Amino acid sequence: MNPAQINVSSFNISLAIPEIFLLTALLAIMVAHLFWTPQRQEARLLFASVATLLATVVLVVLKAMPVPSGSVIETVVITPIQYGFSNMFVVDQMATLLKIALLIAVAVVIIYSRSYLATRKLFSGEFICLILFATLGMMVMVSANHFVTLYLGLELLALSSYALVALNRDSARSTEAAMKYFILGALASGLLLYGISMVYGATGSLDVSKVAAIVSGSRANDPLLTFGLVFIVAGLAFKLGAVPFHMWVPDVYDGAPTAITLFIASAPKIAAFGFVIRILAHALAGATEDWQGMLIILAVLSMAIGNIVAISQTSMKRMLAYSTISHMGFLLLGILAGTNNGYASAMFYIVTYTLTTLAAFGIMLLLSRDGFEADKIDDFKGLNQRSPFHALLMLFVMFSMAGIPVFVGFWAKLSVLEAALNAGLPWLVVFSVLMSVIGAFYYLRVVKVMYFDKPTDTAPLVAPFEMRAVLAVNAFAVLALGLVPGALMTACLNAIQRSF
Amino acid sequence: MMITLSDYLVLSAVLFAISVAGIFLNRKNIIVLLMSIELMLLAVNMNFIAFSHHWGNLAGQVMVFFILTVAAAESAIGLAILVILFRNLRSINVDDIGTLKG
Repeated sequence: MNPAQINVSSFNISLAIPEIFLLTALLAIMVAHLFWTPQRQEARLLFASVATLLATVVLVVLKAMPVPSGSVIETVVITPIQYGFSNMFVVDQMATLLKIALLIAVAVVIIYSRSYLATRKLFSGEFICLILFATLGMMVMVSANHFVTLYLGLELLALSSYALVALNRDSARSTEAAMKYFILGALASGLLLYGISMVYGATGSLDVSKVAAIVSGSRANDPLLTFGLVFIVAGLAFKLGAVPFHMWVPDVYDGAPTAITLFIASAPKIAAFGFVIRILAHALAGATEDWQGMLIILAVLSMAIGNIVAISQTSMKRMLAYSTISHMGFLLLGILAGTNNGYASAMFYIVTYTLTTLAAFGIMLLLSRDGFEADKIDDFKGLNQRSPFHALLMLFVMFSMAGIPVFVGFWAKLSVLEAALNAGLPWLVVFSVLMSVIGAFYYLRVVKVMYFDKPTDTAPLVAPFEMRAVLAVNAFAVLALGLVPGALMTACLNAIQRSF
Repeated sequence: MMITLSDYLVLSAVLFAISVAGIFLNRKNIIVLLMSIELMLLAVNMNFIAFSHHWGNLAGQVMVFFILTVAAAESAIGLAILVILFRNLRSINVDDIGTLKG
């Protein structure tokens, strides 16, 4: 490689302006919050972080538009694929849509977390900085076009998440969860890297586009590649939390403060989806038959174990953890179809899953107060008598997760099942429907507890206005997207089709 | 005698296997787990360097620099979590961390 060949203009640095802005703003918040008085700090941190995230959304949208703009509507919909940093960074429609979704999700997480963390004296500059660093990592993950950038984005997210889980450092449960998360997360990174090194050995390149060209060409059946693929799929399954690599999910969900669980359960799943698509569907598209079989095993096990074990849980957080595992099984159903329609349905699934999870944990945070964690299913007893409106919101969320029609979860499940059916796997579709019926039991149990049991806890629900407002919008979006799923579905399909 | 590519790959596979075994078989000390994780990343680095030499391009060696840097940050976080865990439990025994179950 001749240094003279490096051409600075080919770096196309302006492509990364949203990321650069987020990093700069986050460093500014990091320094500035030290000078804010404790009584003002909370409101300022909230405002600064949410404003930063929303400004980043605007930059992402502006960046996605082609330079000579025609009509505004057309330019928003169609993003050309642009490469930067010598092909290490890509901005395409999938990256744009995923970034918008995850930035909004993080902003919602911060709004929901505020009062919960503030009463526990945890809503600090560290929390905001770590969560923004994690967001930066997620943005890099979905925009990476090189294994180095993929790895760096993943680690930036993972390292911030480990520290976030340990945020409440006086709690033995939190620190234990952080330790487990750290060890298993590091193991997953190790497996993934070992797999990547094998792919590098088989292809001689770490550039996703070049690897894709070589893999779909002559070296598709290279044993080295297949060997590496096993490790890559294992590493990805760890990060997604698919069975048999799911051990960390319930422990971390349960041990972390609820606000951190909300974060870990939401936005990183969107980033993980982008990551999986970049590796399996872009780089290793030529080896689809090889990874399809592995993903089928993961999907079947995740849906079975996730749904069956969730039934026996008494803790709401653990129940939602196993529910996440089963949702990851459904997500894999869309990905393993190996078609654009399949990827688009998986993308729809992950975006709507995140929306639903945000509302579910949001209501848990709303019910919690100083010295009381609403993390048992029994804590939802008689919610209808305490606050009929919030019981209704929780009903939307649970119905959507169960996949009951009219709510968005139904369309998400329907589209991934359709993709699996078109991939010629009818037995898998039948199995998934059976599993989703089993899953409906524990979601409906929460509804039963809320509406037909006597409340054991009668304290009034207190929450800041902005949290109540966002929560209501969030839960009604679950219903609204269920009534008109077409627009988001089309957006996902366009995003996938224009990114290949 | 020439040292071939496959020799490097076997060495790194052995190191990798030792590190995975260290994570799953270790029942005593969390620090040993952190050491196993480091060993795992070094095994991967060995692979990257061997392949980089084999293909005659630098991408693999550049990757190694990034992995080393991230490994340093990772062990810093791991040890920090270990310190607060010790403060809470007064122990770094693997068997003592089992309150989260189900």
